[in-house]
Amino acid sequence: MKEAALKAYKAMVMARAFDTKTSALYKAGKILGGVFLGRGHEAIAACEAVFLRKGHDVYSPFIREQAGRCAWGDSVLESARTYFGSVEGCMHGRDGNVHWGKPLEGTTAPISHLGAMAAVIGGMVLAKRMQGITDAVGVTCYGDGTTSVGAFHEACNMIAVLKLPVIIVVSNNQYAYSTPNTQEFACDLLDRGRGYGLTSHACDGTDFLQTLETMHSAVTAARRGEGPQWVVATTLRMCGHGEHDDASYIPETLKAAYADRDPLAVARRQLIECGWLTEDTDAALNRECTDEVQRSVAQAQKEATPNPATEDWQATSWRPFR
Amino acid sequence: MPVTYIDAIHQAMQELLEEDPRVFLMGEDIAGTFGGAFKATKGLEAQFPGRVINTPISEDAIVGFGIGAALGGMKPILEMQFADFGLLGLNQMGNNAGAHYYRTGVPINLTLRMPCGGTPGGGPFHSQSLEALFAHFPGLHVFTPATVADAYYMLKQAVQIPDPVVFMEHKFLYRWLKADTWHDPQPLPVGKARIARAGEHATVIAFSAMVPEALKAADLLASASGYHIEVVDLRSVKPMDTDTILASVARTGRMLVVSEDFPWGGVASEVVARVAAEGLHLLDAPPLRLTSKDTPIPSHADLWKAHRPHSNDIADAVRYLISL
Repeated sequence: MKEAALKAYKAMVMARAFDTKTSALYKAGKILGGVFLGRGHEAIAACEAVFLRKGHDVYSPFIREQAGRCAWGDSVLESARTYFGSVEGCMHGRDGNVHWGKPLEGTTAPISHLGAMAAVIGGMVLAKRMQGITDAVGVTCYGDGTTSVGAFHEACNMIAVLKLPVIIVVSNNQYAYSTPNTQEFACDLLDRGRGYGLTSHACDGTDFLQTLETMHSAVTAARRGEGPQWVVATTLRMCGHGEHDDASYIPETLKAAYADRDPLAVARRQLIECGWLTEDTDAALNRECTDEVQRSVAQAQKEATPNPATEDWQATSWRPFR
Repeated sequence: MPVTYIDAIHQAMQELLEEDPRVFLMGEDIAGTFGGAFKATKGLEAQFPGRVINTPISEDAIVGFGIGAALGGMKPILEMQFADFGLLGLNQMGNNAGAHYYRTGVPINLTLRMPCGGTPGGGPFHSQSLEALFAHFPGLHVFTPATVADAYYMLKQAVQIPDPVVFMEHKFLYRWLKADTWHDPQPLPVGKARIARAGEHATVIAFSAMVPEALKAADLLASASGYHIEVVDLRSVKPMDTDTILASVARTGRMLVVSEDFPWGGVASEVVARVAAEGLHLLDAPPLRLTSKDTPIPSHADLWKAHRPHSNDIADAVRYLISL
């Protein structure tokens, strides 16, 4: 577990450094559209992805999953390229902010319609099964708000019916944009998973080691053939929905209750207590990540952006004669 | 023994399953001995175990799973029980499958089979055509076969094309339309319209079940009035073969577009817009449209027959067009 813990922690540090940078760039007017941070979600995202095998498993990260992308093995350079619309990036400026993925490497390029990718990850895992690959798993992650979406319900049910090795992670950060849990659902989210017939797990998403253990159990169970898994990880979104949003609707008392539960600080404390990290190695890791973020952002900003005059304005790969 | 339009669809799927291990079928009630609401997949699960998959009633998830399976290297053929319910998969088709190639460079090789169009008693929610709604989204091809051979060849081509294809199969044609064989010695490439009947006095553009109606109208006009009507079968509404349309209009100087869909923003509107924009000088009379009425599709057979274009309506519209 030590190796996974340190890998996940590094992903969290990298993600935080990247988020801090993109937030500043957004506020300086250097990034158009939106910037969406994972502050408060780092432990959940990193731990859900750290047990996946790139090239074998599949992963559908979304809005607050920078730490998951790093734990999966994608560099922050790709994220920076998508934010800046670099033509070197995998979306070539055709889609932006967090909407990127490399489907042929096993990550989806999510659309904005919440819940839509749950069925897609189900299909990707179904394809693996039909190809005789039985130990590949899929992870797909959503917020509390997405559990209200019809498409999400359909996908969870179908994943359950087909008994596919998919781990559905629900990050309950207590707010869907400005909507609190009380206006979003009237049940325990764990019961939703049970209702689909999924093996259900709960964890405190701000508690790094607990989250790591929970995700390990869920991924291992799915990989062993024990069917789909449902994980509800609770945290607080420690930022706005996007950097355009000051989250003033979150009560100060709630923010105060989470003041010492920043997942990154908790993880650092726990890893030092375990003897797996020292102040010195942590400082070195932070320097390494800050430098990598700085280099990546600088590179992405220098790269060419798309040219409308030479853009290939074709929406299909097969091109009829006209 | 004659074969029907639905026999051709069944045959195409059987051959696709035989020829390519990546092809599989997914939809509601399609597996087992039941074989689908219209029996298009009857017997296929027994022949191809594990490759004909029944799903819950979840159209959005069916399409979403199809997208994922295609990303995983498979070639899913998805069945909507009725095109009307395809609306519940429209977000996945338009925003996810349709947008995917442009966004990522990775095409989604899925085929969405949609039993469409009216039948007597079908009513408002089991009769719609809706090809224009799907064609509206960039990234989707929309096929509308009107012959037994096209039902066979175009379904096979749909699966061979790496992009998402909406395959609109008309329910009325399923068992009504017959031919000696589904084989065509020279099948047209997909994307090419077909001159279903050559003529000189006016062009009727049609697709799907309106093609046999238009041919009937042409027979009627030939015997009753001596008019020789050219009938163009679009075959696919997207891509739309504007060249063949314009060439026909250039020959006849008059055009009527017939569609079973609702009038507002439909395929007929698109044809008229293209001909007006690119071939106004070819026209001797205003381009006309004949579509279903702008109301929901009624259930009672008498109302339904009056709601959609019938061969007599087409003949009347052509007579009017020629009088202009």
